[in-house]
Amino acid sequence: MSARSRSLALALVAVVAAGAGCRQDMHDQPRIKAQAASDFWRDHRGARPLVEGTIARGHLREDEYLHTGREMGQFVNAFPFPIDRARMERGRERYNIHCAPCHGATGAGNGMVVQRGYRAAGNFHQDRLRNERLGYFYDVIANGFGAMPAYAEIAVEDRWAIVAYIRALQLSQHARLEDVPASRRAEADKALSGAAPAAAAAH
Amino acid sequence: MAQIFPKSANALAQASIIAAGILAVTAGGALYYLQRSPYVTRQHETREQPIPFSHQHHVGGMGVDCRYCHTAVEKSASAGIPPTKTCMNCHSQIWNDSPTLEPVRQSFRDGKSIVWTKVNDLPDFAYFNHSAHVNKGMGCSTCHGRVDLQPLAWQEHSLQMEWCLECHRNPEKFVRPQDQVFNAAYVTPANQIELGKELVKKYGLKPRTSCSTCHR
Ligand code: HEC
Ligand code: HEC
Ligand code: HEC
Ligand code: HEC
Ligand code: HEC
Ligand code: HEC
Repeated sequence: MSARSRSLALALVAVVAAGAGCRQDMHDQPRIKAQAASDFWRDHRGARPLVEGTIARGHLREDEYLHTGREMGQFVNAFPFPIDRARMERGRERYNIHCAPCHGATGAGNGMVVQRGYRAAGNFHQDRLRNERLGYFYDVIANGFGAMPAYAEIAVEDRWAIVAYIRALQLSQHARLEDVPASRRAEADKALSGAAPAAAAAH
Repeated sequence: MAQIFPKSANALAQASIIAAGILAVTAGGALYYLQRSPYVTRQHETREQPIPFSHQHHVGGMGVDCRYCHTAVEKSASAGIPPTKTCMNCHSQIWNDSPTLEPVRQSFRDGKSIVWTKVNDLPDFAYFNHSAHVNKGMGCSTCHGRVDLQPLAWQEHSLQMEWCLECHRNPEKFVRPQDQVFNAAYVTPANQIELGKELVKKYGLKPRTSCSTCHR
């Protein structure tokens, strides 16, 4: 075999080998994708836990009111920011995701998970909780309470939005006809007369 | 000199040209379909998991929202598989002596991760982002099927490039109202194209077909 044809054959082998090797290299690149395992670390976790005490820039929780629901150690009874319609809608959405499985859609404490054997969750419509300060609800979400786990994965602003929605639920269960603005009273009257039998059955 | 090929070889040569043509087309066709077949894409195939977690029980049966567990899906590229603590929120009390759930309790005690097998797995040279989709009226079930009916998770679609492009070219065929994105049982209405065109305008969707959208 001449030198020329030998190098040609070698080049051919190289191309074929590279072609075959390429495919998997590009499919499974050495970078670590979210939550993927890695043999580099002894615990095989690609996602590394933060070194204790690490705080991302701008994430120092120095606002006691916002981050703990307390002021000088006492639970607060007002929101750290104004609650508008959008916040309330956000609160409803987050409540239905994170709380309704146990507390139920109306907050009576009888959600699906309780029906399957979980300890009865707190009923938000008992007098004690109706009169409880807002900061207390924030604290239960952040740190848990008795048999209820903490929901620290919920963003701080969302926790307050949920608290606002719980307050709305509490008010709604004790609403009177006088609470309806006069301009919409006719609508309410009509809905009530039509829905009365159904509402009675639901109680 | 004697002929090497008899006269009939002419016919044979002609026939073999046609046969080769047919063979090439069939082989091409077979490869075309094989490459897209569930055998290659692993569609509708469940994987061995450390715990037989059932979306049918948790989503279909109890109506738990996707975001209770897949908390990152609205904010980041990856939807995220929930940590052990999420399971323990309920399973500290429910079925807390079931042997099926022993790996969960084990993981909670010793802090070692549960190793789930990935089901939907794009090659690393393709980029996908959940938040770009679920905040633009793209429902989970459009891509993942009726998760609420799956006892074990499977991959619903091929996840091949042509599948992505089918929607990137015509988002109006698939888009749904934003408040229905997490509804696993959403049914496409009869006037989808009409509604879809409206929503495409409302959400400002543009066809995304340049290569660098997904290969970056
Ligand atoms: C896994 C089920 C579960 C979920 C989900 C859950 N809770 Fe609870 N919650 C409970 C249980 C159980 C109790 C009663 C605890 C006890 O008495 O030990 C409770 C009690 C409470 C109480 C009453 C505390 C008191 O003083 O009586 C509040 C307030 C509360 N939960 C708020 C929330 C909010 C807000 C959410 C959503 C972010 C939520 N819970 C989600 C199970 C749950
Ligand atoms: C109770 C927690 C929980 C809820 C609620 C939940 N999931 Fe999951 N999901 C998981 C776990 C755990 C896995 C990993 C095990 C597996 O693949 O089955 C998973 C896996 C998946 C996968 C496959 C992931 C992969 O490896 O490719 C998809 C898709 C998925 N979930 C979609 C959904 C959708 C859509 C919803 C809402 C309709 C939902 N999930 C609700 C816990 C949950
Ligand atoms: C446009 C299609 C599409 C939509 C809509 C979609 N997914 Fe996915 N999902 C994918 C693809 C593709 C993957 C594989 C990603 C990869 O391997 O990088 C995936 C992977 C996942 C995984 C595995 C973990 C991960 O992020 O890789 C989970 C869990 C999941 N999806 C849940 C959901 C949920 C919940 C929703 C709805 C809120 C949803 N998906 C909506 C296409 C989609
Ligand atoms: C919101 C509460 C809740 C969460 C969170 C939850 N589960 Fe469950 N799980 C239940 C309930 C309730 C049942 C019983 C189902 C039934 O009665 O239909 C159950 C049943 C199961 C079963 C069947 C048990 C058996 O012995 O057959 C498995 C397995 C399971 N869950 C795994 C998980 C895993 C893994 C996670 C975490 C990703 C998880 N669950 C998170 C409420 C929950
Ligand atoms: C059901 C429809 C649908 C499917 C299927 C789909 N997409 Fe998309 N994708 C969209 C829509 C809609 C957008 C948002 C377009 C916009 O914002 O104008 C988008 C946006 C994206 C973006 C972000 C573009 C940007 O720069 O913001 C990426 C990346 C992407 N898709 C990748 C993929 C990949 C990879 C697949 C296949 C695995 C896929 N998509 C499948 C509908 C879809
Ligand atoms: C909407 C997202 C998207 C766009 C846009 C896109 N691709 Fe892809 N492409 C993918 C995905 C996803 C795969 C992986 C498919 C698979 O796993 O089979 C892929 C695979 C490929 C492959 C490898 C095929 C194989 O079998 O290994 C090539 C080459 C490629 N794309 C080229 C391109 C080019 C060139 C363009 C622009 C004209 C383009 N892609 C645009 C999503 C996209």
